[in-house]
Amino acid sequence: MRRFFERYDLVDVIMWLIAATILIAALLGSIKTIQSGKYSPATWVDLGISGLTQGSVYALIALGYTMVYGVLRMINFAHSEVFMSGAFIGYFAATWMAASGFMERNPLLGLILLFLVAALTSVTIAVLLERIAYRRLRRAPRLVPLITAIGASLFLQYMFRGLFGSQVRSYPPMPGLEGAISLPGGVEIEYVQILVIVAAALMMLVLYLFTQRTRAGLALRAVSEDKDVAALMGIDVDATIVRTFVIGGAFAGMAGVLYALIYRQVTFYMGFVPGIKAFTAAVLGGIGNLPGAMLGGLTLGVTESVGTILFLDGYGVPAPYQLKDGIAFVVLVLILILRPTGILGERLSRTKA
Amino acid sequence: MKSRMLFAVLIVLALVLAACAPAATEAPPEPTAAPAAPAATAAPAAFECTDAIGCVDIAPGDPVHLAYALSVSGATAGLGEDARGAIEIAIDDVGGQLLGHPLSLTGEDTLCNAEGGQAAGTKLAADPTIVAIVGTTCSSEARAAMPQISQAGMVMMSASNTNPDLTNPDHPDHWPGYFRTATNDIFQGRVAAEFAYNELGVKTAATLHDGSPYAESLQQVFADNFTALGGTITAQEAINVGDTDMTGVMTSIATGAPEMLYFPIFEPEGGFVADQAKSTPGLENVILMGADGLLADTFPENAGPAAIGMYLSSPAVSGPEYDALLAKWKTKFGGVPPSGYHAMAYDATNIFFQAIEAVAVVDADGTVHVPRQALRDYLYALKDYPGITGTLACDANGDCATGEALGVFQLTEAEVTGGNWPPKVIWQQ
Repeated sequence: MRRFFERYDLVDVIMWLIAATILIAALLGSIKTIQSGKYSPATWVDLGISGLTQGSVYALIALGYTMVYGVLRMINFAHSEVFMSGAFIGYFAATWMAASGFMERNPLLGLILLFLVAALTSVTIAVLLERIAYRRLRRAPRLVPLITAIGASLFLQYMFRGLFGSQVRSYPPMPGLEGAISLPGGVEIEYVQILVIVAAALMMLVLYLFTQRTRAGLALRAVSEDKDVAALMGIDVDATIVRTFVIGGAFAGMAGVLYALIYRQVTFYMGFVPGIKAFTAAVLGGIGNLPGAMLGGLTLGVTESVGTILFLDGYGVPAPYQLKDGIAFVVLVLILILRPTGILGERLSRTKA
Repeated sequence: MKSRMLFAVLIVLALVLAACAPAATEAPPEPTAAPAAPAATAAPAAFECTDAIGCVDIAPGDPVHLAYALSVSGATAGLGEDARGAIEIAIDDVGGQLLGHPLSLTGEDTLCNAEGGQAAGTKLAADPTIVAIVGTTCSSEARAAMPQISQAGMVMMSASNTNPDLTNPDHPDHWPGYFRTATNDIFQGRVAAEFAYNELGVKTAATLHDGSPYAESLQQVFADNFTALGGTITAQEAINVGDTDMTGVMTSIATGAPEMLYFPIFEPEGGFVADQAKSTPGLENVILMGADGLLADTFPENAGPAAIGMYLSSPAVSGPEYDALLAKWKTKFGGVPPSGYHAMAYDATNIFFQAIEAVAVVDADGTVHVPRQALRDYLYALKDYPGITGTLACDANGDCATGEALGVFQLTEAEVTGGNWPPKVIWQQ
């Protein structure tokens, strides 16, 4: 007993008790919900798929947070606005292509162009952010670029409001993406959901191969290990950091289009909530870790969608969906108690601690 | 060196204190001391302020100060900008002048939450030059802002607060000096429930709110009336403002198999609900119904094909005066108002103009005195005001919309894909 308390202090024990309570409560709630038989297996699959769809978007945005954290050790809070700008400018491209009939004639080419426009917008904004707001602050205390990022985020939000107004706008319907596939057992998967999940998975695979198999990817990993030593090895640190913002921006822009394909609506304020969720996903997976961001995003998406009903419905909580964000953050707290570095955060902690 | 530093700090402190002191002593006695001032300038018939809660004195050349307390930033910016634009148009319409004084408009951002409302209320109440306030956007803001504003003797009129408590004399949220041109939820929830049960023959319904006092009370009034008529409420669910993914809550609602879904919320969440409800197994044929928060010309397009056939209960605003307001909006700001409260805000502003002109006492030198209690009394007794939102009459609790102009609109293909606006009123009490 004495040796136990020498190794672990009281705070640790209390934290474990909290974690255990949460886990037991979630488990009991799940059993009660499943026993009630209110929801069919097909419903759970539907919820899981919509969670994966939402999670894929979170994951793509989270990659931008985590990559910038990896090379600069800062949280780029303006990243949610990089996401918003891609979706917003994509709206103009989409309405223009729909109005001219181009989208109807070449749905696939139109969609690819849409992704390109959004990615280009987001990349431009991300690179300008790095150049104007962050580069001069690279040697400043860590709080300084953080506050700058929040300022840049508000600047971008209200710049878009000033330019395009505050009303909600909606993407035109995309030809070929309406409808759903019915699977046996009453499961329905919408074409949009398939597109989002597949596109996100492909993009993440490409990024993984890029960082692991190319010289530029190697340089990126080297800079995130140690900027000074990387510079001594002949790596152009500035170029590598810009490259990071380019990749993060492109992913955010394409995530913006995917998001707009699912929910169809864009406003100047749309980046805020997905941005916070993606940041949570990045921390959940282990900030600075690329596979972690992907895993964190998917975990968060599925927890929000499935977990809310699963954990709370059995207790007869009125309106459980209002507590959706609460559930997401409780999961974050739980994981940070059990694994303070995030799900896959070990590699970072070993080299950086 | 250190002592010089201390000296400098003391000097700065002294300066700050000196700057603060006159303001602090000046502010409180102003309402009572000011009436003596005209006598000092030897005006022929000195005005004596006998009003129970004081007067606003506007010297020649000084502006008549109106204020707004609206949510003009963040996710609900469109609601506040909508009302603010209408106030500016109303001011332009009278040539920017009232009683020979220029009109000035300042404002506070209320953020559509209680904290924002409280901060705005505190700031506005501290400015004794303010005669009247148009606001707030959200009911939660009015709840927090009204105590200070009421105690400062000001009047506030809202274009969009619909929570019944605000004009319920038995409720602590009811304060003297509060008015609204928005329709009380008690009317609107009842109209919606009667329409659903009697007109459509719907027997089961589910409701959905977003946690705002507006939506929560409106769906509750609907549910109470619907149950009283003999219907069954299968679920009363809720989402958060800012949610985009409604699949879960729709799946949960689908287990009760309601014939109708009533969701008196706002954009963009309303669009997500409409769109995703129809693609949820079990809700494909559900009848959708919303309220005035969704009667915005952007909504049908944003909700998409799912909104075809959807019903909306709302004050029915139409007619040549309304078209004229839209035309002025187009000239001044371009495009169309971003939300659905501009007409009520326009009426509120014009009601203030009429009331101030009616109760103000003008000295020979042009000094205007606005007795605050008289202004309130005038507003409480307002009858047959021809507004563009209908004939308005304020009752003793501050409700100025009579509910007569309420109607149920139906969205059709023409609105969703054809760009037609506004939709047709298909039912009126």
